[in-house]
Amino acid sequence: MARHRQMQSYKTRSQGSAETLARGLGWFSLVLGAAELFGAKSMASWLGVERQEGLIRAYGAREVATGIGILSQRDPTAWVWGRVAGDALDLATLGNALRDRHAHHDRVALAFGAVAGVTVLDVVCANALTGQNAQPARRFDYSDRSGLPRPPNQMRGAARDFEVPRDMRIPDALRPYRQPQRIGRPQPSM
Amino acid sequence: MKALRWYGKGDIRCETVLDPQIEEPRDAIIKVTSCAICGSDLHLYDHFMPGMQKGDIMGHETMGEVVEIGSSIKNLKVGDRVVIPFTIICGECEQCRRGNFSVCERTNRNANLAAKVFGHTTAGLFGYTHLTGGYPGGQAEYLRVPYADTTHIKVPDGLRDEQLLFLSDIFPTGWQAAVQCDIEPTDTVAIWGAGPVGQMAIRSALLLGAKQVIVIDCVPERLSMAQAGGAIPIDFQEESVIERLNELTRGRGPEKCIDAVGLEAHVSMKHPDTVLDRAKQAVMLETDRPHVLREMMYVCRPAGVLSVPGVYGGLLDKIPFGAVMNKGLTIRTGQTHVNRWTDDLLRRIQEGQIDPSFVITHTVALEEGPQMYETFRDKKDGCIKVVLKPH
Ligand SMILES: NC(=O)c1ccc[n+]([C@@H]2O[C@H](COP(=O)([O-])OP(=O)(O)OC[C@H]3O[C@@H](n4cnc5c(N)ncnc54)[C@H](O)[C@@H]3O)[C@@H](O)[C@H]2O)c1
Ligand SMILES: [Zn+2]
Ligand SMILES: [Zn+2]
Repeated sequence: MARHRQMQSYKTRSQGSAETLARGLGWFSLVLGAAELFGAKSMASWLGVERQEGLIRAYGAREVATGIGILSQRDPTAWVWGRVAGDALDLATLGNALRDRHAHHDRVALAFGAVAGVTVLDVVCANALTGQNAQPARRFDYSDRSGLPRPPNQMRGAARDFEVPRDMRIPDALRPYRQPQRIGRPQPSM
Repeated sequence: MKALRWYGKGDIRCETVLDPQIEEPRDAIIKVTSCAICGSDLHLYDHFMPGMQKGDIMGHETMGEVVEIGSSIKNLKVGDRVVIPFTIICGECEQCRRGNFSVCERTNRNANLAAKVFGHTTAGLFGYTHLTGGYPGGQAEYLRVPYADTTHIKVPDGLRDEQLLFLSDIFPTGWQAAVQCDIEPTDTVAIWGAGPVGQMAIRSALLLGAKQVIVIDCVPERLSMAQAGGAIPIDFQEESVIERLNELTRGRGPEKCIDAVGLEAHVSMKHPDTVLDRAKQAVMLETDRPHVLREMMYVCRPAGVLSVPGVYGGLLDKIPFGAVMNKGLTIRTGQTHVNRWTDDLLRRIQEGQIDPSFVITHTVALEEGPQMYETFRDKKDGCIKVVLKPH
């Protein structure tokens, strides 16, 4: 029989500073993403990586999606971790550009520094959100709540007396045949 | 009387409103002794279903005692103990006569609105959107039941409210989900979602004789309750659902798949499509997050059945219909035809074949309802099913 747990004292989580930081990062993602999407060409030429214009645009789309995610989610934790992953991708790409002979190395280094700075913020924020969500590790064990009078294995098929109504039967053609089907001559329906 | 009213996303309030009155000869008023919060209520709470208005009274899983009846009601009397199905049914239209109660052609007072959105009207529902009639719901001290001579399930004394209440919705819903799989003794039935509907579907599939029942969720206590009912758990945050299902069926895939999750599939980096869906929802490019449908279509055994009790509201993207077509899958879905099953299920409860009260984790007064919505939605405090006591 089910035991009824009575309601316990209840508090909503306070709107902490991690959430505020997350919102800020969400807006940052949106603005940066839009800049990358619509200014991919000038950004690529500023960095001296003209061939990467498409990639910059794709990264812009990613930023916009992350921004929307952070701003629209009740719990933005996963999305802020998504930003961290995105940062890693950005850093890797910029790192590659540093090895590109044609790139403006001083500008790429500047961009690298900026992304690294934001990465620190992202990690701090994601960590704080994760810690905050970790609830006191109370386990609820419902392994005694079967709702059945006997162990499940003994209850299997106890309702086979039930006849499935005609409109809910699977089409006969899809039913496993008891005898192998003769090609070209359908078995009569069962 | 006191009632739980919807005011917007995440905003449910317990307020005092006028007591309901008999408006039509087929009405009855019941004094609510127990009511519950359903996963469908969460879609309203999170404001993913269109057609809600500020001040609407919530609730569609209700039972109580008849306190007043309209002039034309012959089969109910004051004092009768009744469970109220969430679907309002006339009992006379062609769909009702066929047993397709959830698409009753007469009870939706906003039939035109529904027809605009869905092509045709569906039944009126309690405490749901104005697309389904905008009828005040049962999370209140009293409920007006339209078409009450057909819209009720008479229940005997001698059983507790907790054992009977779920005849209003989740027990028949889990049952129909399994019934429409037309389970064979050789079948593996995979069930996505170990919420209250999933729990009922697990027990139903077992009782109907499935060889193997598998459940997919990520909430440990829900998985433990599923296991208690005989299901093999898969935690989708820990393991690959597709790989595990193929392993458990020797590569063939489950013959029958049940979606007991619906339009709010968990958003997680493990399932990148859900992240994209969430972003599209935010900018109104898509209404639902159909991750579970995609997964079922992909993993289901050819010639299998997809049974979808999970609620969807509108327009869904990137549905792999190629898999459905080429594998010849059958899809069955719909709001539950509650009264089609309740006589049989009441008998099974009376005979002790099942006691649906196992799913209740919280019982509180109606006033505490607003906080309970949050607790249930966020799966805090081990919450699986909340029962509210208005009196
Ligand atoms: N057809 C009907 O008549 C009918 C009746 C009642 C409820 N419903 C619907 O059934 C659905 C479930 O209702 P409930 O009361 O059990 O709600 P619930 O919200 O408690 O349960 C949903 C469960 O799905 C799990 N989930 C989320 N994403 C998942 C994923 N990707 N894979 C597997 N599991 C996932 C959640 O962790 C949760 O446990 C809802 O959509 C509800 O509206 C339909
Ligand atoms: Zn419901
Ligand atoms: Zn009807």
